[in-house]
Amino acid sequence: MGATHLPATEFDGTGVDDQLEAEAEAVLGEPPTQMVQLLGPDGTLGEDPVFSAYADRLDADKLRGFYADMAAIRRFDQEATALQRQGQLALWVPLTGQEAAQIGSGRASQPQDYIFPTYREHGVALTRNVDLAELLRQFRGVSNGGWNPKDTNFHLYTLVLAAQTPHAVGYAMGIQRDQKLAAANATPGQPQEPKAAVMVYFGDGASSEGDVHESMVFASSYNAPVVFFCQNNHWAISVPSTVQTRVPLADRAKGYGFPGIRVDGNDVIAVHAVTEWALERAREGKSPVLIEAFTYRVGAHTTADDPTKYRGSDEEAQWRAKDPLERLEKYLRAENLADDDFFAKVKADGDELAAYVRKTTHDLETPDIRTAFANTYAEAHPLVAEELAWFEEYSAGFADESETVEADTDGAANR
Amino acid sequence: MTTMTIAKAINEGLRATLNNNPRTLLMGEDIGPLGGVYRVTDGLIGEFGADRVVDTPLAESGIIGTAIGLALSGYLPVCEIQFDGFVFPGFNQITTQLAKMHARSNGNLTVPVVIRIPYGGGIGSIEHHSESPEALFAHTAGLRIITPSNPHDAYWMIQQAVDCQDPVIVFEPKRRYWLKGDVDTESPGASADPFKAHVLREGTDATVAAYGPLVPVALAAATAAAEDGHSVEVIDLRSISPIDFDTVTESVKKTGRLVVAHEAPTFGGIGGEIAARVSERAFLSLEAPVIRVGGFHMPYPVAKVEEDYLPDIDRILEALDRALAY
Repeated sequence: MGATHLPATEFDGTGVDDQLEAEAEAVLGEPPTQMVQLLGPDGTLGEDPVFSAYADRLDADKLRGFYADMAAIRRFDQEATALQRQGQLALWVPLTGQEAAQIGSGRASQPQDYIFPTYREHGVALTRNVDLAELLRQFRGVSNGGWNPKDTNFHLYTLVLAAQTPHAVGYAMGIQRDQKLAAANATPGQPQEPKAAVMVYFGDGASSEGDVHESMVFASSYNAPVVFFCQNNHWAISVPSTVQTRVPLADRAKGYGFPGIRVDGNDVIAVHAVTEWALERAREGKSPVLIEAFTYRVGAHTTADDPTKYRGSDEEAQWRAKDPLERLEKYLRAENLADDDFFAKVKADGDELAAYVRKTTHDLETPDIRTAFANTYAEAHPLVAEELAWFEEYSAGFADESETVEADTDGAANR
Repeated sequence: MTTMTIAKAINEGLRATLNNNPRTLLMGEDIGPLGGVYRVTDGLIGEFGADRVVDTPLAESGIIGTAIGLALSGYLPVCEIQFDGFVFPGFNQITTQLAKMHARSNGNLTVPVVIRIPYGGGIGSIEHHSESPEALFAHTAGLRIITPSNPHDAYWMIQQAVDCQDPVIVFEPKRRYWLKGDVDTESPGASADPFKAHVLREGTDATVAAYGPLVPVALAAATAAAEDGHSVEVIDLRSISPIDFDTVTESVKKTGRLVVAHEAPTFGGIGGEIAARVSERAFLSLEAPVIRVGGFHMPYPVAKVEEDYLPDIDRILEALDRALAY
């Protein structure tokens, strides 16, 4: 997978991006990996010798679905932000600006694939049919993982950055072994399980973590069926991506010996095409792939962040002009693939989702701490049992205020 | 009954678990054709192939992290960390990911990863090859930690660790790898529960609790004390998390005196935890304060002076003398 057949879509990014690419070229002696783009900010569809074939598979329903998904997750993001502002959530991690990167890649995955997100992948969660209200449990402080990953093959969010990347490679090594065992035990004529791959999400900040390096070494050594999906949203809280890397992140794949592709992360059609290509390649056991989705975190890192402290509004405006929803809307309208009724329905559906999320969030029950005792270990544990027994006795002392003093005395004697 | 060394017993235990469960696999540095730097995995790659005895890149976080992923996909990985002092690049994966996965998934996910770590000093090695970091892991909820002191336990404990649904760290006393003993490969017998302490020698005047490499030292100290007329009970803790406080407390209620010995530094160590629990459970039975024998509050010293650092028979006898004279 060389860069030669990729389109010369000069990225009209920030001045810093252009300058960095020039510097990288001067050092490396060759042009850095070019960026795959199919749907430009003006809503016109370009050509690519490899990836146009993937775009051609998309019918009108699929394209409208991409738009509906992106609009839904943006509306969800707004609602969650509002819920945090109203004190209903402890924290929120907004994704606005990254809808195309997440919906495009998530929709390219198959049900049998397994996905490891970081913690901003709400759009991917939507594509994996995770109940978005369940997603808010973690941010309301009632669970550290609100959904069962076995139901959707969408793993829990991981907050220690990049720690999930070796998990993804290990899971892919498990798939490799499953496939070998299945092949050895296969009986002729019996339908075979569809091949699976793993996709793991991380960001430009996390790309500096050692776990990303170790994961890519393991993935390459064992040729694990894994796709590394890096959303380069340009900011790791307040630190720009130029501090994490001096070359395009996609170029790092060369060092590990597998393909790296930079894709316009605000172009849902290109992201979908590149991810389908990468997942097919991984499922077939050809190699891991690194995808760098070149995008932008339009909002704050979290609701506790203040981007005005570290970046200018001109930069944000420059990226808002590359909005992933607007460009797809332009395309759908220009091609007569969607009309006003469609966009009105998308808006109404979004409001309905927001109302559902708001109501469900208010109703999320606070768990009993006894569930934490129960879930620390899978098997019986004497220390946990002893501490739980003490807690029960201690708590019972508060059951009736008039008996509190007596119960406390008993408790002390028994300790 | 077969006589074998601890290293051979672990090798046979691994062979048994690889034979018994097709989803067990081993991973680590140099564990393939070399058989590990201590030859504990000797011959296994030839029998089970490179998919089940995996020579990994030299990256401890990668080893533990990929093992977690393999466990999530239904496999039972047994990781070898080459030396105690080299576990720390994998410390993040062990403490923030492996230990918490079951809890943070509300019990939906289990990660039955086993981590084997040769530990402890006394082999005249260079730095980072002689450490006893078990307390750092014992402090982390979600992990279980066991350590065999004899070949029979070594043979069964590694298999019991693989069978356990929780993550288990097996600290292997590296200076005892060549200690020989009888192994009953038909039945674990009294070793059926890896988390239960064993009373190895009964006594009435004082108790010495030890684990791993110091168990033979504690037994030798008890023999020496008997020559001076003191009847010393010796407990092999076997499990460091959970700790079998019932067995320790029962012993202390009988003897009234307790010495806890380990190679790890005493400050913030397992001995302190046992002292605190025993004082809570058996305060009125104690005839003397619980005395800890362990390493000093310093980085593990250079090999030429490690004999001054490591608890030996005399250090345990000195502690017993203090307890008995109190």
